[in-house]
Amino acid sequence: MDTNFTRHFLALLARFLSGASVRWIDSQPDTCQRIYFANHTSHMDAVVIWSSLPRQVRALTRPVAAKDYWMGGPIRRHLANRVFNTILIDRTEIKVHQSPVDLMIREIGDIHSLIVFPEGSRSVTGEMGEFKSGLYYLCKKRPDLEMIPVHIDNMNRILPRGEVLPVPLLTCVSFGPPIWLETGEGKNHFLRRARNAVRQLKEL
Amino acid sequence: MGNDFWDDPRTIGLIGGVLLLVGAATVLVRLLKNRDESGLNTAMIEMFRRRIRAWWVLCTVLAAAFLFGQTVTVVLFGLISFWALREFITLTPTRPGDHRALFWVFFLLTPLQFVSVGLLNYKPDAPDLSTWQAMLRTLGSFEFFSIMIPVYGFLFVLARVAIAGDYKRFLERAAKIQAGLLICVYCLSHAPAILTLNSPEYLPNWGSKARFLFFFVLMVQLSDALQYAWARIPSKHPIVPTINPNKTWEGLLGGSLSTVLLGSALWWATPFHGRYWWMAGVMSLVISLMSFAGSITLSAIKRDRGVKDYGTLVEGHGGVLDRIDSICFAAPVFYHLTLWWLGAG
Repeated sequence: MDTNFTRHFLALLARFLSGASVRWIDSQPDTCQRIYFANHTSHMDAVVIWSSLPRQVRALTRPVAAKDYWMGGPIRRHLANRVFNTILIDRTEIKVHQSPVDLMIREIGDIHSLIVFPEGSRSVTGEMGEFKSGLYYLCKKRPDLEMIPVHIDNMNRILPRGEVLPVPLLTCVSFGPPIWLETGEGKNHFLRRARNAVRQLKEL
Repeated sequence: MGNDFWDDPRTIGLIGGVLLLVGAATVLVRLLKNRDESGLNTAMIEMFRRRIRAWWVLCTVLAAAFLFGQTVTVVLFGLISFWALREFITLTPTRPGDHRALFWVFFLLTPLQFVSVGLLNYKPDAPDLSTWQAMLRTLGSFEFFSIMIPVYGFLFVLARVAIAGDYKRFLERAAKIQAGLLICVYCLSHAPAILTLNSPEYLPNWGSKARFLFFFVLMVQLSDALQYAWARIPSKHPIVPTINPNKTWEGLLGGSLSTVLLGSALWWATPFHGRYWWMAGVMSLVISLMSFAGSITLSAIKRDRGVKDYGTLVEGHGGVLDRIDSICFAAPVFYHLTLWWLGAG
């Protein structure tokens, strides 16, 4: 099947199934290079964010996902490699010379954008965990990228951790205004600021 | 598509008349919008415009479904139910322990309810029925659809939530799921059930049944609009000020009276002809009162949850449930009264 068609079809399907309403709060969709960072509660998160981007933006945006999950079967593997064009991170062996951040920077070149989940793994309660430091190093190496906070509401009720069957509730995906790493800003300060940017979107 | 939906001039009269009215309203709103100095409230015009758009969608989708026949119409109402339930449960806080119960509510009970509605009319006339056909026919003949959710759905939700092992606020959580299921699925399913009523004299063919369902939906929408319009008159006596200060006694009385007048004037489109013409007015009154009950109930739930509309299907648009709350409440009474009248008349 034509990959472009599959891509478009799956995006529409994901939009319909998640019933997602999309909000851009003080922020506009753009094809410039960006890092979308979001809270993480379900395997569907990356697909839902990816599908709520406008078509031209979507074509340039690559989700970062866990290798152990997306290589778990032939269908998932096909979707990850050919359709969603994911960058897969091996969570089991993270080495110094093969760090995920270097891999991401190499893969996006100077055209692609990224969808990342800085918590590293899905939260159980729906409450956001602490951000891992990868986001900080990513910004440090590519300070020119716009960092867009994204909040996904309700996904932990649609497909909570440990469940296989989804309940078709309606989600809301909110994109916030971009943030950047300030000169001389420390790692912990930046990560806290980034986490708050995502959390604030829930209240708006 | 070989059905007799358009054969009757009364069907063309009713649906054509409604389309003309909605068309006229569309033009009127466009004119008002272009005249900014008219001094009218722009927010009100915007709301009216959205209402009209919803009416266009409702009319076209319903008429298209009628062309395809009973199965498509029942499936259409099933999809509306499914979406309304999504909105209802999304706004209702649930706990992880409710997840499995909710899955079955959405993917088993909701479709099954509309299959049962379809079965009401399942009368295979083959001389030698297979066991399966006979079983399905029996399910239809004892009106499985009217007990499936209130009895078996009710028990299922309780048991499934209990089995999940989370006992915190157990009754409250089970009741929320049951209320959603009853309002959005069970009550709404009585609207397409109108299509399965049988009477050689009053509802002889598909066209007359479809027109009757259209009349029902039309009267609910009219009564909503008329109650809203009458509530605009200055002297205000809100009925339930804590829930919705816009619903006034003037609105309810004026709206109901004008709905009854319009409904009686449309008697020719209903099965209530001959000496029963006044039944069209009685039905309109019942519809009007139940519509009021429906919207005030759903307003109470919204107020408790601190939101204005269910769902944001289209940005700035009320949800599906906001459009159909009155239909949900009016449908069972309308269905049962008609059934009763057909039995007596």
